[in-house]
Amino acid sequence: MHVAQLSLTDFRSYAAVELSLTPGVTAFVGPNGHGKTNLVEALGYVATHASHRVATDAPLVRHGATRAVIRCLVTRDDRQALVELELNPGRANRARINRAPVSRARDALGLLRTVLFAPEDLALVKGDPGERRRFLDDLLVARAPRFAGVRADYERVLKQRNALLRTGAKPRRSERRRDSDAAFTAAGAGDVLGTLDVWDSHLVRHGAELLAARLELVDALRPLVAKAYANLAPASGAAALDYRSTAGELSTGPVDRPVLEERLRTALGEARQAELDRGITLVGPHRDDLVLGLGELPARGYASHGESWSFALALRLAAYDLLRADGGDPVLILDDVFAELDGQRRRRLAEIVAPAEQVLITAAVPDDVPSDLSGSWFDVVDGSVSRVR
Amino acid sequence: MYEGVVQSLIDELGMLPGIGPKSAQRIAFHLLAADPADVKRLAHALLEVKEKVRFCRICGNVAAEDECRICRDQRRDPHVICVVEEPKDVVAIERTREFRGRYHVLGGAISPIDGVGPDDLRIRELMTRLADGQVTELILATDPNLEGEATATYLARLVKPMDLTVTRLASGLPVGGDLEYADEVTLGRAFEGRRLLDV
Repeated sequence: MHVAQLSLTDFRSYAAVELSLTPGVTAFVGPNGHGKTNLVEALGYVATHASHRVATDAPLVRHGATRAVIRCLVTRDDRQALVELELNPGRANRARINRAPVSRARDALGLLRTVLFAPEDLALVKGDPGERRRFLDDLLVARAPRFAGVRADYERVLKQRNALLRTGAKPRRSERRRDSDAAFTAAGAGDVLGTLDVWDSHLVRHGAELLAARLELVDALRPLVAKAYANLAPASGAAALDYRSTAGELSTGPVDRPVLEERLRTALGEARQAELDRGITLVGPHRDDLVLGLGELPARGYASHGESWSFALALRLAAYDLLRADGGDPVLILDDVFAELDGQRRRRLAEIVAPAEQVLITAAVPDDVPSDLSGSWFDVVDGSVSRVR
Repeated sequence: MYEGVVQSLIDELGMLPGIGPKSAQRIAFHLLAADPADVKRLAHALLEVKEKVRFCRICGNVAAEDECRICRDQRRDPHVICVVEEPKDVVAIERTREFRGRYHVLGGAISPIDGVGPDDLRIRELMTRLADGQVTELILATDPNLEGEATATYLARLVKPMDLTVTRLASGLPVGGDLEYADEVTLGRAFEGRRLLDV
């Protein structure tokens, strides 16, 4: 697939901009802080409904405006879909597909698929587990938009359960509660633990669904990451992925949901006292990690800067391979990454991405765009975008 | 901004659910132009609803007297209780004319984020109603969202020791709809809750 048109209204630094794009390589070149990344960030937002740079939507809306609009025309196998997203920070976003409104913005996910490489990707290797969980979950949603709902449900259960655990130390006594009723108190009502069991059962159900999907995804990624890493850094050790769950040691291979539910339930039981003491949920996919290994060692803390970059690129390239295998070549976005790489990695990456249906590159100086990636060229200066070739 | 009283009317109207600043302004100017008698009737109705309406001693539904219309109706089946979150859910179910039992209004759903626990809902009153053994079936009709499901699970566990049939309203496909338009979650639920076709 490729993006044929992109238009932004009140998005980041742009009051209004409209671009026509073509398949093949397109470079956006201009000084830092002049708005290159904002363009590709908008496309990333259409694909994932989140920015790769900030966690909330407020910074995405131009200062002084109340909402931002992203419009993009996606072409796939000669068919076109116009996706329009209206960003309302603090409220629900609205979406239209081919001018027809959809009931939930979530329904517009999956029409555009992107794989975005950015300097922030280094955090996939060097950063907190949260970065790697987000990588997995975003990829799940990109492959099957249904998982946006699974993820949202899990986070909602988690929020409720944490709120309950926080109040756990001091049980509420509402004014409604009068003299105690034997049957009522005997059944455990009024006791925080009584409702905690209920939230446990929901956490286990939604958690196992998310966990099962992540485990299957890691199995699918494993050979692709190893291959991509070997391609980028042939001299280095082999890249390995290992999913570390708070539910204990999990066997690889086919995933059995009921077994996962049982494991989560047991782990929750064991952590019960610690959770009550700390007032926070300690077991579940929100505390898991994707452990990256290089040869015998963990990548985090041991890998060199160059190796870390290769690993981060390998993860993104594996995601690209996986999405491509599902059908429909995703749009590749390389946001300021070539400047971060040494000559060899730069050449390798350029070779790998060149055949993609559409590649969008941002760079501060023309020299940062590898010469074998030639195509369209836009200058981005002071928030104005002009086609050079 | 408008002058004094007009702006305060707009502000007050804007606090109502589902009414934004534009609608509030429209309603305010409609009231300004309306017949004084009509406006008096509205104001009277507003005051009266706060003064006169009470909650049924038995089920917690809105009532004009000590007990609501449904609880006083001797023709209603006393063996079945349908548990709902809000009085407006009673109205919704009544419209179906399918249910001839009694209701119990909880006054919300369990939601720790909002500080709502079982003690804040009319669960104790429900347990008292169930204590005499007259009720044989409990229908859990809380909302099919996370909080409603949690409340239903909680109640089901609570009444488990009693000899009761506990049922949950089915979730699934809208009647008269098209299968292809159903979202994945609803369709998944419909599969989970499929039933034998008796022919």
